[in-house]
Amino acid sequence: MRVCIVGCGAVGSLFAANLATLDDVEVWAYDLAQAHVDAINRDGLRLTGAGDVVGHPRATTDASELPPCDFGIVATKAMHTAGAIAATAHAFAEGCVATVQNGIGNEEVLAEHVERVIRGTTFPAGKITAPGVVQWDVKGDTTFGPFEPKPAPQAEIERLADACTRGGMPTDAVADARGPQWRKVIFNAATNPLGALTGLTHGRVCERADLRALVTRLVDEGKAVAAAQGIELDADPEELIDYAARPEVAYDHKASMLQDVEARRQTEVDYLNGGIAEFGRRLSVPTPAHDTIWALVKGVEASW
Amino acid sequence: MTRVCVAGVGVIGSLFAGFLARVADVSALTRREEHALALNEGGLRVSGRADFTSRITASTRPEDLSEPELVILASKGGDVAQVASQLAGHWPEATVMTVQNGIGADEIVARHGEWRLLSSVTFMSGTRHSDTHVEYVLDTATWVGPSRGTTPADARTVAALVESSGLKAQAFDDLRPAQWSKLIFNATVNTVAALTGLRHDPHFAALDDSRDLGHLVRGLMDEGKAVAAALGVQLDEDPWEMNLLATQRGHRHAPSMLEDVQAKRKTEVDMITGSLVREAQRVNVPVPLHETMYRLIKAKEDSYS
Repeated sequence: MRVCIVGCGAVGSLFAANLATLDDVEVWAYDLAQAHVDAINRDGLRLTGAGDVVGHPRATTDASELPPCDFGIVATKAMHTAGAIAATAHAFAEGCVATVQNGIGNEEVLAEHVERVIRGTTFPAGKITAPGVVQWDVKGDTTFGPFEPKPAPQAEIERLADACTRGGMPTDAVADARGPQWRKVIFNAATNPLGALTGLTHGRVCERADLRALVTRLVDEGKAVAAAQGIELDADPEELIDYAARPEVAYDHKASMLQDVEARRQTEVDYLNGGIAEFGRRLSVPTPAHDTIWALVKGVEASW
Repeated sequence: MTRVCVAGVGVIGSLFAGFLARVADVSALTRREEHALALNEGGLRVSGRADFTSRITASTRPEDLSEPELVILASKGGDVAQVASQLAGHWPEATVMTVQNGIGADEIVARHGEWRLLSSVTFMSGTRHSDTHVEYVLDTATWVGPSRGTTPADARTVAALVESSGLKAQAFDDLRPAQWSKLIFNATVNTVAALTGLRHDPHFAALDDSRDLGHLVRGLMDEGKAVAAALGVQLDEDPWEMNLLATQRGHRHAPSMLEDVQAKRKTEVDMITGSLVREAQRVNVPVPLHETMYRLIKAKEDSYS
């Protein structure tokens, strides 16, 4: 089996390194960061922290080098999906492409370029600490399912999930992956931007009663938008929010959006609060709190 | 000569003290001893749209100052109660004029003494370069209206005094329409600027795309208008029109709350958005957007305190 990781940042690297430990999987990593790619080809891709792994994927910044692949796993930031899949689509002419990105709307972009799409969501997280080295902060599950308008065959989805699981990334193949996906989107959209706007870590956002109530408003709006689509969440996002606020889990964690704002990088707010707000509009479900947060974070981006 | 005491000598207080000293006998009640000493020694320099230095008698204790006819209480909103308590028991014949952002400052002062009260809002602005030097930047007016125990004629007298000093002023029979226009404008523009880092620029009026900031700005203003309507206040200017005008002028003004969060200072959100939310609760008008902005600003203060 040949798999290409498209976008080998922290999450992409977790998949690339773990899958590369399997004898029956050939892993390619496509990324634009030359130093990271060079380090991977020279020394391998090393994970530390929650797991110690060294994998040897073949990395490249040149999409034309990619051979035909059975699977793609897209792990870029959401705003880079279109560029990344446009460059690599030729490698997936006969294959299936999964997304493990944040937010909603990524599958729709992939489907404009490839024929068989796998809806996905993943909870593990980490950060690149040096070229070729990724700190694995949090372990967690991944869920794959068909993207309904352009589905990958269920047998292929199961084959990819099985490889990920054997490689050390526990993955379920399900008939409808929207539940876990929306749970994660709601979790992210209800907490990340509050950290980004206030400068507070996840734990401190949650321990202010007034802000925690705002989190719940955002969660409730997200749940209403999910319900209007007939999506059944696999668990209550509130549980995940409270769990993550524990000192031993992610109390001190600066949400990725806060890290983005501090570094003055474009955030993923369009795919989180913006995604929920846009779906809400189409379904006539009001999302005033998400609209507010979306506009404020776009304002922050515009201030740079 | 009219005797005026300026209590709270920040930017606005310094502008009032400096200008009024040209036509009145002005004293200043300061918070810090060294501020009073510096003023007594070197006077107060005004630059910018004017250039002169005024002689002022300053102290941190009201008992050191001669009894004024008019007290201009110009402290920051959060300090009104403290300054009013300092004045308690002094100068029963004086009229006290509040100039804070938001509403309710005169009600706070009323709890500390029986003075006659005037209410005002000011649109002028300046930059404080030191304890004894203030630059006069925006020469917009101060609006004065009657409050407890005063009449429109009293407001006109004080407005005329301010005008004669070289500052701009206008008297109103009822200040609430103007005050609410400014409150709604300020509660919106200040919090949006402080949370986004944007100066008051054309983003605030943009409505092209669903995520554009103009929708939020208008939503916040609509909530404020609903509160004013429930209170029976007819606004004197439409805050959205004020927003369009200000952003078209191209000043890209940095609202004070933006400067406060950039300098990691406590903001005036309690006086501004806080007073709007309290009034809304009093008349049972929902203001979820303002509540959201209030919480986010308080949390932002929390992140650097």
